Amino acid sequence: MATHFTIEGLKAEIEGKEILKGINLEMKGGEIHAIMGPNGTGKSTLASALMGHPKYEVTEGSVTLNGEDVLEMAVDERARAGLFLAMQYPSEITGVTNSDFMRSAINARREEGQEISLIRFIRQMETKMKELDMNPEFAHRYLNEGFSGGEKKRNEILQMMMIEPNIVVLDEIDSGLDIDALKIVANGVNAMRSEDRGFLIITHYQRLLNYVKPDFVHVMMQGRIVKSGGPELAERLEAEGYDWVKEELGIEDETVGQEA
Amino acid sequence: MTTQTILPVNAEGLSQLSKQRQEPTWLTENRLKALELAASLELPKLEKMRIERWDIQNYGSSKESGSISSLAEVPASIQELVKDQESGSLIIQRNSGVIYTKLASELAEQGVIFTDLNTAIKEHEELVKAHLHTAVTADEHSVAALHAALWNGGIFLYIPKNVAVSMPLQAVLLTDDEEATFAPHILIVADTNSSVTYVDNYVSGESTKAVTHNGAVEIFAKSGAKVRYATIHQMGTNVTDLSYRRAVIDNDASMEWIVGEMNSGDTMSDTYTILKGNGSTSDSKIIAVGSGSQKLNYTTRANHFGKSSESQMITRAVMREEATAIINGITKIEKGATKSDGQQTEKVLMLSPKARGDANPILLIDEDDVKAGHAASVGQVNQEQIYYLMSRGISREVAESLIIYGFLAPVVSQIPLEGLQKQLQAVIEGKLGQ
Ligand SMILES: Nc1ncnc2c1ncn2[C@@H]1O[C@H](COP(=O)(O)OP(=O)(O)OP(=O)(O)O)[C@@H](O)[C@H]1O
Ligand SMILES: [Mg+2]
Repeated sequence: MATHFTIEGLKAEIEGKEILKGINLEMKGGEIHAIMGPNGTGKSTLASALMGHPKYEVTEGSVTLNGEDVLEMAVDERARAGLFLAMQYPSEITGVTNSDFMRSAINARREEGQEISLIRFIRQMETKMKELDMNPEFAHRYLNEGFSGGEKKRNEILQMMMIEPNIVVLDEIDSGLDIDALKIVANGVNAMRSEDRGFLIITHYQRLLNYVKPDFVHVMMQGRIVKSGGPELAERLEAEGYDWVKEELGIEDETVGQEA
Repeated sequence: MTTQTILPVNAEGLSQLSKQRQEPTWLTENRLKALELAASLELPKLEKMRIERWDIQNYGSSKESGSISSLAEVPASIQELVKDQESGSLIIQRNSGVIYTKLASELAEQGVIFTDLNTAIKEHEELVKAHLHTAVTADEHSVAALHAALWNGGIFLYIPKNVAVSMPLQAVLLTDDEEATFAPHILIVADTNSSVTYVDNYVSGESTKAVTHNGAVEIFAKSGAKVRYATIHQMGTNVTDLSYRRAVIDNDASMEWIVGEMNSGDTMSDTYTILKGNGSTSDSKIIAVGSGSQKLNYTTRANHFGKSSESQMITRAVMREEATAIINGITKIEKGATKSDGQQTEKVLMLSPKARGDANPILLIDEDDVKAGHAASVGQVNQEQIYYLMSRGISREVAESLIIYGFLAPVVSQIPLEGLQKQLQAVIEGKLGQ
């Protein structure tokens, strides 16, 4: 089935403060969308609201994945429906090993009695870790505990590769990565490109987009998508910054809470 | 407030009981003296909890339990614990008396003694007399006094000099008759340079009527001896558990406590090592799960007298529902115990808004040339972590249990006996209702 993800008029608030002011976005399987925008404009909030973070309250709008109402679902149901978010700041969990965690995530998608065999799981995990140039010992480390910034990002991509979701949201997956790691992660993403998988890549830099070429680029300001275009938009932002966009739209302060 | 301890037996009754068991005069006298103390002493003072309000007067009376000759006859409630133990060293106490004793023949040949305490008093009187009630003494408070007056059944384990026992010896202590006194006394003497691992389980039967377990464990590790004592308490809601565990260790001796506090009733436990000897070391790991409306008071102590002695104490507790836990760690380093090192950590994870936890780390240091440290934390399950796990498709229940086991794992995974680790894991799962 062709993947189809739709966000319509999405508004969300945190602790009574409205951050998202009506987001519209449509994504199909095979497409790569990039979201750019200055700090504090609501990019991570969008990602969190889509995933169902308990602190964010959606007040208006709809989100559907293949016609199913995503906002009605609990966080784990959204994930099992095919949504994946590589987080800007992944949690650290002491005592839970990376491999136990990932096996639980895979088994959560299988019927009871149909759990993945240990040997098969280990083989799968080892193969993917190799692709990401991760030390095999990371399988036995506690989840993200003491991981460096870059190691955490790689671990997020590892999860994506193991879980094989349909809609992938990557929130600043490139921050904290050295140049080699950036290539490795980009290769990981490219290897996952497919007709039934859509990507929403939140980034500040053109760098990543050099490796993972987007079909659409959106600019977020004040909790809205204020401009959309093709890959050339990202290149212009990289070269000239955001001032020209603000000028064009008559925006003085782009952060959330400042109305145009 | 003074609280009168209601004595479950009078002097005449106690003395008669002692005679029936053919105990030597010194023991009868000890018991009678302890009974007098029980009437005059106060209850122990618990940190931030009032034991006066606990249901701790349910001693019943001493009752005979019929012995069994084979493990096929054990009560259903403990079948699982003793299966495949036909040839192993095992003692079973049911209510007031020991019903089964077996010592592996190769250990008997090496001079190991493993028997109920009454038999030990008859056959090894001097050895027992020299140690009994010298670590946990009757004059401490009314609970210790009552124990010294009433103890029954019990276990005596002696490892001769230079004997290293590799197979763990096992005991099961069962209370399934609420009218029977349940006050086992465990006495372990590890002679010079010996080593031993002893594992026991405290369990209860179907009864729902109130029972008090008043137990004491005394361990003596002579120079260079290594003792590992592992215990899992998994008694039901009707049992109030009062347990004093104490080890006195000599030069270069080492003591290791592994304690699974998995009861469903109110529990007071005090696990204490006296590091008498130079170079002695003590390590305690307490793993606890509380549920329902349990009141729990767990204390670990290390008291350093010997130079270059080292202690490590870790308690991890998970509190569900309305359970309340007060967790104390007391590291005391005496003057002269130079180059000693005492470390402790207490951590409580609370799973519900009504669960309560309190960690009290205490360092009492009378010597300058030492190292000591503590860490304590009390907290709820981190919702950000739950969100992270759920965002990978893991259900809330599984996410919570991953975090709970993760909280206990760093301690559970350090348990050196694989079988015990598995057993504890299973009991934890049971207590967490998963
Ligand atoms: N708990 C909160 N309480 C109040 N305001 C919050 C809270 N969390 C986020 N915000 C605000 O919401 C706005 C959007 O934050 P968000 O993290 O979505 O920005 P972002 O576009 O991802 O920025 P960056 O590029 O720096 O990652 C910011 O102004 C932020 O301060
Ligand atoms: Mg962000």
